[in-house]
Amino acid sequence: MTTKLPPLVLHLLAALGCLVLLVLLTLVTDPFTNLRIATVGYYLIAVAGLALLTGFNGQVSLGHGAFMFIGAYTVALLVKRVPAFPIWADLLLAVLAGGLAGLLAGAAAARLHGPYLAGATLALAVGLPAVTQRFPDLFAGSNGLSFTVNSQPAGLVGVVPPTRWQSWIVWLSVLLALVVLANLARGRLGRTLRAVRDDEVAASLAGVHVGRTKILAFLVSSACGGLAGGLQAFLLGTAAPGSFTPALSLSLLAALVLGGLGSLWGALWGAIALVYFQVWTDDFAELLSLRSDIADNLPLALYGVVLIVTVLAFPAGIQGGVRKLWVRVRRPAPSQRGES
Amino acid sequence: MTTFVNLTLGGLSSGAVYAALGLSLVIIYRATRVVNFAQPALALISSYLAYSVTKGTGSYWLGFVAAIVAGTLLGVVVERLIIRPLRHAGELSAIIATLGLLLLLQAVAGMIWSNEPHAFAYAFDFRGRFSPSDLFAVLAVVVAATGVLLLFKFTPLGLRLRATAFNPEVAKLVGVRVGAMLTVGWGLAAGVGSLAGLLATPPFIFPTVLDEVFVYALTAAVLGGLDNPLGTIVGGLVLGIGLSYVSGLLGAELVPLAALAILVAVLAVRPSGLFGRATARRV
Repeated sequence: MTTKLPPLVLHLLAALGCLVLLVLLTLVTDPFTNLRIATVGYYLIAVAGLALLTGFNGQVSLGHGAFMFIGAYTVALLVKRVPAFPIWADLLLAVLAGGLAGLLAGAAAARLHGPYLAGATLALAVGLPAVTQRFPDLFAGSNGLSFTVNSQPAGLVGVVPPTRWQSWIVWLSVLLALVVLANLARGRLGRTLRAVRDDEVAASLAGVHVGRTKILAFLVSSACGGLAGGLQAFLLGTAAPGSFTPALSLSLLAALVLGGLGSLWGALWGAIALVYFQVWTDDFAELLSLRSDIADNLPLALYGVVLIVTVLAFPAGIQGGVRKLWVRVRRPAPSQRGES
Repeated sequence: MTTFVNLTLGGLSSGAVYAALGLSLVIIYRATRVVNFAQPALALISSYLAYSVTKGTGSYWLGFVAAIVAGTLLGVVVERLIIRPLRHAGELSAIIATLGLLLLLQAVAGMIWSNEPHAFAYAFDFRGRFSPSDLFAVLAVVVAATGVLLLFKFTPLGLRLRATAFNPEVAKLVGVRVGAMLTVGWGLAAGVGSLAGLLATPPFIFPTVLDEVFVYALTAAVLGGLDNPLGTIVGGLVLGIGLSYVSGLLGAELVPLAALAILVAVLAVRPSGLFGRATARRV
């Protein structure tokens, strides 16, 4: 690199490149794969948000599914009640709703740490979806809301298959959000987040407002969760409490740990793993014609094993391995450079 | 007035269960500074074993005993295989590893016994206000908790356990086998947790049946300060009664959120719980 571009321009260019690649990828793959690619997209932004909170800031959230729940229901209710809104406005409001919930959660959580915080967020993940049963008129109980979104411009109907169009929308939103996240992570906020994670007292002595930083991390992170949930609702055309179990929140954490804490790249590996573990276990179960009891539980068992094995044996996750390889490639064996 | 009395009595028996499960968390937290997020899954597996044994032999009590023994052994195995290797890793590692175990054991339970609910028997007649089953739950928890407190206070084993929790290095210097004590602590805790699971599971058993109860138990333990057994028992009973009112007056669906609200409110005022001692954190 000879000239150094500002990070924002660099990130925008990278996002544009990714978008072009993804559009090309969806053009050569079938609708099923398009759907999977889109699914990777919304998991990616959910896990990336969690990476900012847990990886960069050290706050454990076992309740990120709850913010996805809020985003999904925001989109579902807006599509049903205010059909005049375009989908991008619905998604933007899902981000805002998620962020607002995160602001509240963060304000409550700023004084908690470690197991206390984990317990409180777990309570959120267990408790929030039950609200749909309490107010069945608004949220349609455990069946959830289903709806159709007409987001395709008239000129493209019939030209671009719907799942392909949907995956473009998902990835456009995800990449925009990732640009924001990457900029925040590389800038001042990223540094203060890490400072607070590593030593709260030292950070506050250096002039960092610890409580405010923690709340901000929660806000950004849950706004990402809201977007992920909104995109999921947009993609599937439903929002039902059964999709937002505590197991979802724990799977997001599993994806983050597997991918590697402390890096947004880790979120990508984690999101791919989330989607393809499901696909592989389904194929595997079909191949061995396993009972549905076993097949249905296989992905969760795999996430559990992944969490345990990663923590015990590879604490740096996939991205840790990738980074090691990268260093080795960029700096070939020391002996060639005449170092001893 | 009768509703009020009914809700209070109902809350007392569920509160006893939260207290017992909370106690199992506290025993482990005191010893290893780990909150065992896998506790509901350990209790779940022992409840399923009780279900199978009871179904096979027709005796509730055989299943009961089998569950407590199996739960204790599970706790020992988990400490040896997963927690021991992580003793020098950070706080986050232990949380993540126990969560992984939670996912794994719930999935395994679903594989063996299916995700569909099965009927799970009460120990005694469960009909009516403060039924024999409710009485049994309260008594069983009182006996178990008293046993644990007496064990800690008055036996040589309890003294070693307390020494290990207080300062592992010093305990080692005076000849306590710290590793063995941690294993005993996990076994003891998982045994108490299995008892709580058996009391909390009926009328139906399915892999996520104990999730909500675990949230309440954790709330009870936090109310008690996470390292105070007596505080946890009081916290569990108070929480059980409070949540019973919420359930009766506002709707059962809001109970988990009410628990969250109580948790946040208490921690906002007293960050180390109602009965916890404030500790200076070393910087």
